[in-house]
Amino acid sequence: MEPVKNAIRMENITKRFGSVVANNGINLELHEGEILSLLGENGSGKTTLMNMLSGIYYPDEGQIYVHDKPVTIASPKDAFDNGIGMIHQHFKLVDVFTATENIVLGLEEEGRLDLKKAGQKVKEICEKYGFDIQPNQKIYDMSVSQKQTVEIVKVLYRGADILILDEPTAVLTPQETDKLFAIMRNMQRDGKSLIIITHKLHEVLDVSDRVAILRKGEYIGDVATKDANQQSLTDMMVGRSVSLNIDRPLPVNPTPRLVLEHVTAYDELGVKRLDDVSFTANSGEILGIAGVAGSGQKELLESIAGLYPVKEGKILYYDPDVDYAETDESGQPKHRPLSLVGMDPMDIRKAGIAMSFVPEDRLGMGLVGTMGMTGNMMLRSWRKGKGVFVDTKGPEELANRIWKELEVVTPSTKFPVRRMSGGNVQKVLVGREIAQEPAVLMTAYAVRGLDINTSYTIYNLLTEQKMKGRAVVYVGEDLDVLLELCDRIVVLCGGQVSGVVDGRTITKEEVGLLMTQHRKEGAE
Amino acid sequence: MTAQFLALMNSAIAFGTVIMLGALGEILIEKAGNLNLGIPGIMYLGAIGGLIAAFFYELNGGTSPVVGLILSFVSCILFAAFGGLIYAFLTITLRANQNVTGLTLTIFGGGMANFFGGSLNKLAGGVGQISVPITSSAYIAYTPLGYMGTLGTLLFAHGFMAYLAIILAVLLSRFLNRTRTGLNLRSVGESPATADAAGINVTAYKYLSIIIGAAIAGLGGLFYTMDYIKGTWANDGTIEGLGWLAVALVIFATWKPLNAIWGSYLFGLVYWAYLYIPGLNRSSLELFKMLPYAITLVVLIIVSLRKKRENLPPASLGLSYFREER
Repeated sequence: MEPVKNAIRMENITKRFGSVVANNGINLELHEGEILSLLGENGSGKTTLMNMLSGIYYPDEGQIYVHDKPVTIASPKDAFDNGIGMIHQHFKLVDVFTATENIVLGLEEEGRLDLKKAGQKVKEICEKYGFDIQPNQKIYDMSVSQKQTVEIVKVLYRGADILILDEPTAVLTPQETDKLFAIMRNMQRDGKSLIIITHKLHEVLDVSDRVAILRKGEYIGDVATKDANQQSLTDMMVGRSVSLNIDRPLPVNPTPRLVLEHVTAYDELGVKRLDDVSFTANSGEILGIAGVAGSGQKELLESIAGLYPVKEGKILYYDPDVDYAETDESGQPKHRPLSLVGMDPMDIRKAGIAMSFVPEDRLGMGLVGTMGMTGNMMLRSWRKGKGVFVDTKGPEELANRIWKELEVVTPSTKFPVRRMSGGNVQKVLVGREIAQEPAVLMTAYAVRGLDINTSYTIYNLLTEQKMKGRAVVYVGEDLDVLLELCDRIVVLCGGQVSGVVDGRTITKEEVGLLMTQHRKEGAE
Repeated sequence: MTAQFLALMNSAIAFGTVIMLGALGEILIEKAGNLNLGIPGIMYLGAIGGLIAAFFYELNGGTSPVVGLILSFVSCILFAAFGGLIYAFLTITLRANQNVTGLTLTIFGGGMANFFGGSLNKLAGGVGQISVPITSSAYIAYTPLGYMGTLGTLLFAHGFMAYLAIILAVLLSRFLNRTRTGLNLRSVGESPATADAAGINVTAYKYLSIIIGAAIAGLGGLFYTMDYIKGTWANDGTIEGLGWLAVALVIFATWKPLNAIWGSYLFGLVYWAYLYIPGLNRSSLELFKMLPYAITLVVLIIVSLRKKRENLPPASLGLSYFREER
């Protein structure tokens, strides 16, 4: 066997943020012409490590070698000069620029700016690898997958031969993911070396040649993909054996709790975000919402919570303590469900509806970053105090309970939540919302950024809520989880409901297909 | 009638030139993502900087208009750029709040300029005695074309800085839209993290655009003292008012230098219109002076109704950038 050549060798890399050690003495190799998966839970330091290759961070200790030559990567420009290109998880694109403008950004080429010529070169790259973008299209007109393509073309345009993709599939449908993997293999055949960060195990097994695993900032080891399976990788990643099954009891006595009829909503730019959405969320059931990022999930939840203006349609709430089957003398129903359209969150609360909402933007909408756990608990209870003073005792107790029960890592309940890690922030928020004993619990990406262990804690909490007869709405991005956790799944596509399916019988491929299928072109 | 119209047009153009220069500087600064509310202060600094140089040149017996012009021009740029440097250091390196820093700079610039203005008055022998006629004559001078009929007066009877402002606007527009550096600069204002990841030195771009932008805005103050009020000093706060109009003009022009050209003249026109409307008293006159701000409001409303992404301010305007922020 001929000796493997290293495209990248990282030797003894350490990076600290304040007192937190994000990477501790890491040794990592990327062989030439291979696809390496970098696997690890959130907070294990994958992105930090890769950011040191792309010049965003600078290592505190250690040495990086590119093609066996020691190099210093102090800025993104140094990374480009060494042929390293990174496709970030959060796209680094300027919205009001065209694809080409974004691609040539920061390049120091000779002569004046010739966007036509650059556009031509972009076209050539697209044809070579099978990309589908228009050089003159503005970024804000593009789909997520197209934006990602622009990012990839950007690094190829710069002649990168080492590509790092940071969770590229998080925002893609299964079909788009397959396309991306095909492109990655194309690039590999072209002699490029690739690193892909992901925590979806089946993707790791699908696309990579070798897997390197990080845990809590330490390098655990590597394994050839052909010798690995989901269980062995999880055990390495978590450090102990973890059960990968989510317990899914049958729904208890499901009755309609929340009924949406033909809900249509527009954003402030006049773009239709929800288009004739109808479905029912039952009590004692977890209703999943699936869809490509930006298909209307956020708008849907916010419409229900009274945060988003609904233009047409009805949102009806059935109180669990009211018997809607009762009729008066004339045979008419005695009680009618409450209409939520036009109510703001305060109205909803005043109407006696216990609704909890775990928003996607935790620190923006869910919590106040500069306040501690206690202060954040108080956001839910400040009306309860007597007189002009707020009651701090109750919130303090709740904060302490969540701290212990959900194993939140924080020095004290007064420590600003902004400075906690993403997973802990999420625990604080979910813990607070569940403590409200809501009739309806809505969560948007409740496990985003959480490690496997914590994710399972959250899944169990949600299932517990369901068994207590609450209507749980779970917006998720990981289809495997949606299929294991939810009783029924509403699939959104471009603001429309493309299907309401049974979580127990549907396959991932079918959901994936629905995610890209507009109703108008669909079977219906 | 024609004479009245010409007088109105010429005061509108002079007035417009002051705020156009201020607005061009601010556009350059805002395109790099910094909202500089210190523009009035910077225009003050530019104004007093130019005046100090001219004053001492003439006090010490200088007689050449051209030398006076060069000295005051350079001094104005240095003073204004210094104001920009303070702002840049505070907002970029120390990441201070841009609005607070800008407002402080406006107070600082006004105070500083009026302090020196007072001192110069003392040297000149009393309040209102400052005069730099020799230098000012170089700013006011125009070619014989300016005497050739109505059209000549309209188009050519202005000091050279009126034309300099237009040329600057055209150059700035071409720079922002057609050059690589301009593209990079805009990306810094839209999304500094993107620019950074693309290998653009965000800090350098911000510093340079703020300092150069401040120098351009300072020229507005210079034009005001040397041409508009003919080489004297007025500590009545007019420059500050003009500075705020320049900031409003940036919004009016939807961050496009070419729009600032006609926008500034329009502002001048409506600002001076009261002089030519009969039957106004002191209070209704002030209503007319308010018109430029009212127009800016109307434009803001129209722009936000039209919902065109290209007309919105740079996406990162007013935000500090720190690479390792998590």
